[in-house]
Amino acid sequence: MRAVLIWCCLAVVIAVPLAVAATSPLLAWRDPVYIAAGFAGAAALAIMLLQPLLAGGVLPGLPAVRGRRVHRWTGIALVLAVILHVGGLWLTSPPDVVDALLFTSPTPFSAWGVVAMWALFGAALLVALRRRWRIRPQVWRLAHTGLVLVVVVGSVVHAMLIVGTMGTATKTMLCLALVAATLKVVIDLRAWAAIKRRRS
Amino acid sequence: MTHPKPDRRKFLMSGGAVIGAAVATGASGLLVPARAQGVAPTPTMRGGANNYRPGAPIVERIGNGGFWMVGTVRRAGDGAPLAGQRIQVWAHTTEGHERDPQSHGATLTDANGEFRLEMPQIVPAFGQPHGHLAYDSADFKTVFLRPIMPNAGDTSLRADFVLEPV
Repeated sequence: MRAVLIWCCLAVVIAVPLAVAATSPLLAWRDPVYIAAGFAGAAALAIMLLQPLLAGGVLPGLPAVRGRRVHRWTGIALVLAVILHVGGLWLTSPPDVVDALLFTSPTPFSAWGVVAMWALFGAALLVALRRRWRIRPQVWRLAHTGLVLVVVVGSVVHAMLIVGTMGTATKTMLCLALVAATLKVVIDLRAWAAIKRRRS
Repeated sequence: MTHPKPDRRKFLMSGGAVIGAAVATGASGLLVPARAQGVAPTPTMRGGANNYRPGAPIVERIGNGGFWMVGTVRRAGDGAPLAGQRIQVWAHTTEGHERDPQSHGATLTDANGEFRLEMPQIVPAFGQPHGHLAYDSADFKTVFLRPIMPNAGDTSLRADFVLEPV
């Protein structure tokens, strides 16, 4: 019963903001590439919520070992969604995206988004290099989690500052859920263990 | 009242004009401290020139209208209104993206230095509902503006220019 409730809540928190974004009146005045780019951004925010829940093994039926296998695939989907988001915006308005990437944009939200993007790529790169570099697990977790915190904060501020296709209420709900899930799992997994050990 | 140049680049390419511009720039450089005591020139805004299309035609209104871009054009220093100045306007509207040619148009200021150009409703794009304006004729320094609408439902937007002679 509890499992069903958790999955239902998660489905609502993810599906409702995406449904609102997919039916926004703003879409009437956007061409398909821009619509896809915007939706990829909203989808990235939704996938992001899954990441800590999968890594922490807190979802019913997906304990940590299986959860992390899914976490890797959803992580790839997240990176692809962000690439689609930025690529689609680039096609729609190249100068605005160049400004954003060079941190010369007049809109503060774009800088938060670009910082989050690079942190996300860094977090994903750490996954790819984990075996090759033979990083100590606790140090690796500290680095991955540190980058992820930048991704989450950057993405949430980015999303909240934007007047776009996502509804304010459902966007806020998704962002709050993302922050809460991230903090819960970071605390549960004691991601800072590497620092503590070094100090003692 | 000066007639608008169709293409600023073409204008600048003629050698005499380049020398003239260089001399004028040097002269205005010397004049800046004196002017600063009066009305300061409007600086170009970040991102203002994005999706700019040189030589947008002067039009009665852009597309089907319904939204007003309004503002004034004055001279730096004494703040005198400038008549007959060509102002270009473009935005993401209900009728097109910023880069689309039909989203662009230009108008001239009246005797009081005021301009009013009807255009389609601006809708939020790239995170904010905003418009773009350009002064890019040869008599004054080029200025690009990117005003933001306080509310997406607004049906007008204001942008004022204070231009500095070249």
